[in-house]
Formats: sequence, structure tokens, C-alpha cells
Amino acid sequence: MLKIAKSHEWVKINDDGTAAIGISDYAQNELGDLVFVNLPQVGDELTAGEVFGDVESVKAVSDVYAPAGGTVIEINEELLDNPALINESAFDAWFVRLENVTEGDGLMTEEEYDAYVATL
Amino acid sequence: MEELKTPLYERHVELDGKMVPFAGYILPVQYKTGLIAEHMAVRTACGLFDVSHMGEATICGKDALYNTNNLVTVDVEAMTDGQVKYTPMCNDEGGVVDDILVYRIDAEHFYLVINAANRHKDVAWMRSKMTGEVEFNDISDSVGQLALQGPNSIALMKKIIDDDNTRPKKYYTFIKEASIHGKRCLISRTGYTGELGYEIYASPEDIVDIFDVILSEGKEQGVIPCGLGARDTLRLEAAMPLYGHELADDISPLEASLDFFVKLDKPYFIGRDALIAKGEPTRKRTGLSVTGRGIIREHCDVYDGDKLIGVVSSGTMCPFVNHAVGMAMLPTAYLEPGTKVEVDVRGRRIPCEVVALPFYKKETKAK
Repeated sequence: MLKIAKSHEWVKINDDGTAAIGISDYAQNELGDLVFVNLPQVGDELTAGEVFGDVESVKAVSDVYAPAGGTVIEINEELLDNPALINESAFDAWFVRLENVTEGDGLMTEEEYDAYVATL
Repeated sequence: MEELKTPLYERHVELDGKMVPFAGYILPVQYKTGLIAEHMAVRTACGLFDVSHMGEATICGKDALYNTNNLVTVDVEAMTDGQVKYTPMCNDEGGVVDDILVYRIDAEHFYLVINAANRHKDVAWMRSKMTGEVEFNDISDSVGQLALQGPNSIALMKKIIDDDNTRPKKYYTFIKEASIHGKRCLISRTGYTGELGYEIYASPEDIVDIFDVILSEGKEQGVIPCGLGARDTLRLEAAMPLYGHELADDISPLEASLDFFVKLDKPYFIGRDALIAKGEPTRKRTGLSVTGRGIIREHCDVYDGDKLIGVVSSGTMCPFVNHAVGMAMLPTAYLEPGTKVEVDVRGRRIPCEVVALPFYKKETKAK
């Protein structure tokens, strides 16, 4: 089930209770060509609503907030080498996988999020 | 303050330009192709920039040569008619008022191109320094400007110019009376990308037609419209200074490593005495190449261990060299290429090394 935060990060919670998180297509489009990603390490604890990494376009650096809390069990090494994957397909380009997941407050469904970004 | 629109504003909107305020104008930072594609187009094919925000001024009259020569650090007397020179323009203390282009039409007619952000300051400064039989005019509002840059720009220009004899063939020369599809324009072999190319000046009405002609006729040459974002990464890759970053009222052109453009043996120019009195600079602009992971940016502090030694003036991931680089003014003890330093990026120390400028240099072959 895909849910998206107002700060433009998505979380997909799997049936086994683990989750993947990334940034939305709207976010990648606003940021422009991404050239650098800073990710946490396996074992790090994320807190929903707090910064867990950053993405950099040629022009600027932007914090990425965790849409859900949990323990990092895997990071997407491919993104470190090729941040453009986020521009190509934002909802497939996961940043980290989590276990012991706690959803953040105020997450939206895809429809709600689309309606929200239409107002921006 | 309400931003001004250039004559090409509607075109930018039609082309899906992401419009941002810059130097009092609203201009596209990029189009839908994105900054990296725009940057690469200029290095490998060609790109078209609206630079109508740039300011233009003229100095005319019997004493035009003396006055122009007095304003700038290069030797204007040594210029030939039809030649262009890049030059710093100093204040009395030897700091930089602006960096400008001087076009010598003849000894009594000069055309100057100045930074948009400095236009009013420059115009007031230059006007205040005029002496003798001379007329100074700010003509910025009656001039539109395009930059066509990239290896394919020559083939494209040959295709659209009405008379190929009016196409400037040599680097840093210009033709005042050229025309493109019947629209009169001044064309120079200049640019701010480190690539070969042209800058085109015409009336605000005609510049729109010329813009359209270049995009419609240039498909074969791979031309795409490019925004301010690519303009900045291209100039940074080519290590060209940008006023407000590498240049300022309190930075001397020698500190900015523009020695080549400062002719101290010229008998007179504003700032000359101050530059001579200051002697060899104790700090100079140099290149930094990131050896660790990350991107260094403007305002980041540069360290040697615990010692703060400078600040990054410009920095980014440069698309063509595909590496994170920056420029900083560092004490002369740190200028040797290979010198290890660290840059503080949001609380994280990123290892860098000093490298010679520029980061990118085009292969020289042009006609």
C-alpha cells in the first residue's frame, strides 16, 4: 500500500511488515536532474517526520524526511551510483528498506496526494 | 520588486521554461529537457540562451578611446577595430566594479557589455568617470541578446546568416552590420561557456525572430534552448568567474587569477596605482576537485585541519567532466595542485584537492 507525506516522500508497506521509502514524482520533477544521494546505513533507526538523508541536484541540496520510522535493513546502493534513477522512475527508486515500521502522521493516499500537489 | 520580462518571455513560457527571478529579470533556469541535457548539448552540439538581461552601453566621441582605456585593465589602444576583449573594470582601490566585454568599433566608438546585476552601479560609475569630448549612453533597454554556443553553432550560423562574409571567423571578433533572415544584428565570436559560439545583439523585436529562426533551422545541428542553470554550470566547468561569487568590489582581479587581463604596464587605468601598491596578492582564486563523496557549494568553508583557509565561491557537480568541483580563494601557500584540503558541507568534512583551472578546456579547432 502506497502512502505519501506532505513533504513528498512515499512509503510502501509490504505484507510482511517491511517497508520501502522514496520521493515522489512531483518532488523529483521540482528538484530537477539529481546527481547525488546521501543515505543512512543499515542498522540506523529512522524516526517518522525527521531528516534521514539528502538529495542533490546540480543546483541545490534538499533534505529527505522519513515518511515512516523503523530500522534500516537495506539501502539502495544503485542510487548512490546513479541518482538519475530517481528522475527516471521516482516511485520505483526506493532509498532504503525498513523493518519495525511505524507510519508517520498525516500520510495521504495517492489520490489525496495528487489532489494536494494540484494545489501547489 | 516586479521582475522585468525580456523580449523572449512568451517564448520561454511556451517552451515550458521553469521561470525564476534573476538580476531583476524573470528568466528560465531550465527548460523541460533539464539542466544536464542542456549542458551536454552545448558541449557536444549547440544550445541557445536568452541573455537579453545583460546590459549594454556605448562610449563615443573624440576621447572615447582614452575614456574606455581608463576604465578597464586591458590595453584598449592595442585593440584593432572589430575586436572584442574581456576585461575587469576596477574601482580606485583596485577591487572589481564588474567584469565586462569591450567591443571596439573604431577609436571613437566602443560598445560595452555589462552584467545585468551590476547595470545601474556600472552605468553610474562609468558616467562619473567620463572626461573630455565623449558621450556615454546606457542602451540596455533597446538591445536583446542571444548566445548560441557549442561546436555545431558554426554550421548553424552559416545556414542562417544572410551573407557569410559578415560571419565573424576569429575568436573574440565581431561584425557590427550582419543580418539573419533579414533582421539586422551585431554578431560576435564570444560566449560564457568555454565552448566556441556566437553572441547576437539585435532590437527587442528582431531578437524574437532570430530566436525562432535558430530553433527552427537548427534541428539538424541539435540546438535546444538552454537556461540559466546550464549557463552557470558551463561557465563554472570552464572556470570563468561570476561577479558576486569570484569577483567583488573588495576582490582584486589579481586575487581572482585574472592576471592575463591586467596590464600593469599600461600608463594609466583606474585602480592601477592601488594594484601596484598592494603588490603580489596573498590569496588567489583556484580550483577544488572533490576526492571524497559529495558536492561542494558556494559559502562552504575550506579547511586545512582546524584552520579555516577560505570559502567556496562557486561549486557544483559539473555535468560534462562528471565530477564535483568548485572554486575558492585560498592563501598562496595552498595553490600547488594536489594540495589536500577539506570542505565543510552541512557539517560533514569532504576531502578535496587543489587543481589547476579550468576544469574543462575545449579542443581547439575552429574556422
